[in-house]
Amino acid sequence: MSAPAIETENLSKEYPHGFLNLKKRTSLERLSMQVEEGEIFGFIGPNGAGKSTTIKLLMRLIFPTAGSARILGKPISDIEMHRDVGYLPEQPYFYDYLTAAELLDYFARIHDLSAAQRKERVQTTLKKVGLETAGKIQLRKYSKGMLQRVGMAQAILHDPQLVILDEPMSGLDPVGRREARDIILDLRREGKTVMFSTHILSDAEMLCDRVGVIVGGKLRGVGTPGQLVDVTTQGMEILFELAGPCTAPLLAKATRTGDRYRLQVPETGLYDAIEQLRAAGAKILAVARVRATLEEFFMNLVEADRAQAAAVEVSGK
Amino acid sequence: MKRAGVVALNTFREAVRDRVLYNLLLFALVMMAASIIAGQISIGIEETVIITLGLSAISLIGLLIAIFIGVGLVSKEMDKRTLYALLAKPVRRWEFLLGKFGGLALTLALNVAAMGVGLFLALVYVKPVFERGDLTVLIAVYFIWLKLALVVALALLFSCFTTPLLAILFTTGIYIVGLYVQELRNMPMQVMSPGMTLFTKWLSYLLPNFENFNIMAMAAHSRQVPGALIAQNTLYAAIYCTMVLTGAILVFSRRNLK
Ligand SMILES: Nc1ncnc2c1ncn2[C@@H]1O[C@H](COP(=O)(O)OP(=O)(O)OP(=O)(O)O)[C@@H](O)[C@H]1O
Ligand SMILES: [Mg+2]
Repeated sequence: MSAPAIETENLSKEYPHGFLNLKKRTSLERLSMQVEEGEIFGFIGPNGAGKSTTIKLLMRLIFPTAGSARILGKPISDIEMHRDVGYLPEQPYFYDYLTAAELLDYFARIHDLSAAQRKERVQTTLKKVGLETAGKIQLRKYSKGMLQRVGMAQAILHDPQLVILDEPMSGLDPVGRREARDIILDLRREGKTVMFSTHILSDAEMLCDRVGVIVGGKLRGVGTPGQLVDVTTQGMEILFELAGPCTAPLLAKATRTGDRYRLQVPETGLYDAIEQLRAAGAKILAVARVRATLEEFFMNLVEADRAQAAAVEVSGK
Repeated sequence: MKRAGVVALNTFREAVRDRVLYNLLLFALVMMAASIIAGQISIGIEETVIITLGLSAISLIGLLIAIFIGVGLVSKEMDKRTLYALLAKPVRRWEFLLGKFGGLALTLALNVAAMGVGLFLALVYVKPVFERGDLTVLIAVYFIWLKLALVVALALLFSCFTTPLLAILFTTGIYIVGLYVQELRNMPMQVMSPGMTLFTKWLSYLLPNFENFNIMAMAAHSRQVPGALIAQNTLYAAIYCTMVLTGAILVFSRRNLK
């Protein structure tokens, strides 16, 4: 069996803060996880959870307070591992005096590609991210979403084995999001490994083989998106219309939008509710499984996090 | 090392696109003004006026570029986060730093050389007969470039651990103090306490001696520069730059980006 694409062991990062930097704030606490070769791994968590911190640690842009990590079987201090890794920074920004084609050519030189290879790679990559007509425009004239595309382009430019993307969808329009998703899926088809961070649960669900959930610097769970969503299923929702006035007791719990009503019931009470509504003369339009919205999902974890922090404080006194 | 070269060329390209070379126009204006002034003063000191004004202008314009762009070399890339994508590529931090230094040193070399040629032409224009000592002005320009490289190294070092504003202040401060190192050495040691003497002595050797690079008087009088001085200054700048850059690399290699 080959080594995992990414492997971290007790990776931790503390930032000093406060008066004379005497206090420490933990941004990442003993993270141990693995990303297997060939999978798409989603790294999800609310703002400030430690996603970017983890990724920057892996890229050696910041250094860990403790712990270690290996990428493609090599310790991250080994510069050679960067040859096979592509990285999209959060809110990417590049030399604005260059055009997109010049920037990519510059990065290709850093990757030691020959002149012929550079020309070919720059063109195909620009095309892939939908910038073939904008390649000759200076980056200072680029919009946010276009910069994001350039960021994606430089991450996949050298055909790396592992691609790490920090919020690849941010700033993109619906077309751009779709294209970014396609690029990620293409990468997997080519046998590449992708790890990306996001706080958009639907993206993670749609793309990922596995996801890791991080809140407050701690990894709270790793699994397939299905496992993650099942846990948070909150019952069933019935969508219906009423022909005339109705006095069924269930109606008091429904919410009305226009002519339509929505009613949430636990999974076990579904058939019972449907029968009551039919008896009342309702026309049932749809029945669907309710999933916790991203917000609820995170709020639960964050609340738990806060409660725990409070408990620690109390027991500490 | 090849990657340092790639970074250096890009740094040069940035300087060109950011119109750093426009200062050459400013220099041309200064030289024209100098020629006019020199023409109105009595004959004989024309060259002296042109050389003094020209070399001072080259030095001052060069210093402005070296300090302001030198401090921005790394700090600007950290602030704008252009560094993130680059450092995640197979480039070592010292390669990046050397590339940045090399790029600005190259920019300054071309810049100073162009101004030097301009000055030399102005000189040839006002002076009908030409002697070997007149070449001194070119060596003076070379020394200015050595000095500027040293200033860039210092600016780079300071910008690796303080804010850009402080780095500008520190670099300027060291430059000014470095002009008076000789005075520091000549201080009346006998009236100081032994500790003070030792401190002053160490300080005078630790600080870069910028006055050594100034041969304006020699150039103005068309005196020939001894080969030993050229070798000495070149070696001094090379060793001092190496030390300062090593320091910058040590600091920068451990630094967490934001
Ligand atoms: N340079 C720094 N100095 C001090 N604290 C920092 C620094 N960088 C990050 N942090 C802290 O580390 C924590 C994690 O930040 P991180 O950027 O990893 O979050 P994130 O999960 O990427 O969030 P987002 O979704 O907003 O991008 C935050 O609490 C942040 O305040
Ligand atoms: Mg982030």
